[in-house]
Order: sequence, then C-alpha cells, then structure tokens
Amino acid sequence: MKLNNHINHQKIWGLLDQVNDPEVPVLSIVDLGIVRDVQCSELNNTSVTITVTPTYSGCPAMDMIRMQIRMMLLENGFREITIETVLFPAWTTDWMSVTGKQKLKTYGIAPPHALQQVCHTDLFQQEEAIECPLCSSYNTRMISQFGSTACKSLYQCNNCSEPFDYFKCH
Amino acid sequence: MDTKQLLIEYTLHLADNALILGHRNSEWTGHGPVLEQDIAISNIALDLIGQARNFYQYAAVLSGDGKTEDDFAYHRDSTDFRNCLLVEQPNGDWAQTIIKQFFFSSYQYFFFSRLQQINDQTFAAIAAKSIKEVAYHVRWCSEWVIRLGDGTEESHNRIKTALENNWKFTGELLCPASYEKELSQLGMSVDLFDLQAAFEKKIEEVLSEATLPIPVGKNMIYGGKNGEHSEHLGSLLTEMQFLQRANPGCEW
Repeated sequence: MKLNNHINHQKIWGLLDQVNDPEVPVLSIVDLGIVRDVQCSELNNTSVTITVTPTYSGCPAMDMIRMQIRMMLLENGFREITIETVLFPAWTTDWMSVTGKQKLKTYGIAPPHALQQVCHTDLFQQEEAIECPLCSSYNTRMISQFGSTACKSLYQCNNCSEPFDYFKCH
Repeated sequence: MDTKQLLIEYTLHLADNALILGHRNSEWTGHGPVLEQDIAISNIALDLIGQARNFYQYAAVLSGDGKTEDDFAYHRDSTDFRNCLLVEQPNGDWAQTIIKQFFFSSYQYFFFSRLQQINDQTFAAIAAKSIKEVAYHVRWCSEWVIRLGDGTEESHNRIKTALENNWKFTGELLCPASYEKELSQLGMSVDLFDLQAAFEKKIEEVLSEATLPIPVGKNMIYGGKNGEHSEHLGSLLTEMQFLQRANPGCEW
C-alpha cells in the first residue's frame, strides 16, 4: 500500500509537470513553483488532493490552471480530485525550477535572478542588470515595470535592440 | 453587532476599497496616455481586483450562509458598500488618477504591513501576498507624482489641482469606523493610528520631491466607510453591476 502510494505520488507530479501555464506556455505549473502539495488517498488509487498557490492575487490564469489540472488527472484515471488554493506562504520566484528558468530564456523571456531582489518602495532605484535573452548582453534598460502579464516587466536591449519581457523577481 | 458581524463589515470594507479603485483603474484600459502606462494601470487594476476577491471570499466564508464573492460585488446597493470616498472619485485626468492611487497605495502599504501581524491566518496571508504587489504600486505612482509635479508648468498645475481636490479624502483613510474601533480593541483589526506617522512621512517626502506644497486646508470629508457615498459610486455600480442585474446569477 505504502509503495503504491509512493508510485502514485510520483506519477501525479509527472502529470502536473505536463500542465502548462496558459500565459507562459513554455513553463509547466511545476516549473513555476505554484504546486505546493500533492496528497494521495490511503484508501484508493483514484483520490487525490492538489494544493496550488497563485503567483499574483489577480492572476487571471488560476481558474484555467485548476481546470487543466482536473482534466489531466481525469484523463489519467483519477476520479475524486480536490484542488485547494492557499495564499500563504506567498509565492516567490525563488520557487521557480532551474529547468524552468532555462526554458524561459530559450523562449525569449529573461528569467528571474537566482538571488531574490525583493521589490521595495525606494524611488527611482537602480534597475537590476538583466541579461538579454537574445544576445546575452547585460546592456539593457527597463521600459516599464509592468508588462504583458502581472509577473513580467518590459525591457529593451541596448546592444541588439530586442524588446523583451523580464520575469520579475517577486 | 456581534464579533462575527463586525468582522464581516471590516472584511467587506477592505474588499470594497480594492474593488472600487480596481474598477476605476480598469476604466483606463485601452485609453491610457501611452501604451506602457495603459498596461501599468491595468496591471494595478488586476492586482486590486484580485485582492478584493480574496477579501470577498473570506467574507463569504465568515457569513456562512451560502453567499459567494459575486453576491457581495454584484448584488449590493451603494449604501451597503464600505469603501472610502477617495477610491470612488472619478478618474479625471492622469494627474487626478495618479494622486488617488498614490494616497491609496501609500495607505495600503503601511496597512498591509500591520495586517500581516494580526492574529487571523486569512488576513495575514492576504496581507503578506498583497504587500508584495503594493510595493510596486507605491513606487510607480510616487514616481509619477514627482514626474508630474517636477515636470512642466502644465503637468505641475494639473497635479497641484488634483492634490488640492483630493486632499479632503485622505483623512478618512486613517479614521477608524465603528467596526474598526471595536475590532481593534479586541486586537482583531489594524489600529489605524499606528499607520499615521509612516503615512504622513511618505506623503511629505514624495510631495516635497515633487515640488508640491502640502495643502493647508484640514477640512476632511468622511462617510464612505459607513455607507454614505458620493453620487459617483452609484454610477460606477450601475455600469459594474449591469450584467448581474440584467441576468441575475449568470456565469460564463
């Protein structure tokens, strides 16, 4: 029973890794770090509870992500699926996987820095040096701290002129 | 009023603040002065509406009578809303929008830093999550206040007018309503008095940097937190609640 449970657990994490963020489809929800827990039932192999956390309070992708999780698990034989949403601890880009960061860069989005540079309220602060995902130059500038989605800022490379999104530290 | 009812009022007050300003900001979507700032104000709208949803969902849990977040947002009349007068004021020009957001974000930042410490897991969780977003908002609108105030003659005059027109609404942000006073005595809400020094310091710093004088008039207007609103809230709700009023309970 214990062994079965363990195998089930591994299988579910594998399935969740195939569910992509609808707004940044190159990242899975596991890469993004928003899956916080997977609990399998001790009683049967088809009941499971998944705990997720939103990136930003108003992230419009959360409803779709919950639906995609449910579909993925249903297609793979799970029947009683509970999806819980927690707000605490608050999501941080520290939870993004190394693979996730590599995938982002290949996709043309600058990944968040490994060292968390928490946004504070100091005005006109020196921007972090962000690497251009196209030519790898650090000679880039911020266009706007708010980008196409809540989790990104808009940058431009001074070297190759490429405009790009930066997945901002949070 | 029993403690549970007080807590629901308080939660709705926090939710209404965020929803109404979020809705006001969303009126800029597609109409921003430049694309990047249209996106910025729409992002802030999204953050605020997300925060409002978290508070409404908590109010629904607290009420325990089958109400949902949508009932609170779409099926209440203006006198039931507990938001401050500041957030329901019309957007006006960019300067007016910026000054409203600046006052509100500064208040929210210090407010959430204290709400995190309240002995209530849901409040603490919403506050810890929201304060990270609000840090971006404070910075963005403070920089805009400075850019406009210390900009051209035209931009300076516009933000000065906006500042003078909205100053009277700032008192309500830090003036507790009866439900806040009662909860605060039980240690269940933020004591707004604790925010005052930090809030005033922030406002003074930014206004001084923006070469804007602090308005001299001390006459403040109150009422929104108790459901006494300006006429502007009614027209905002007419638009925001239209779909649910025409087709009650509809989902898509």
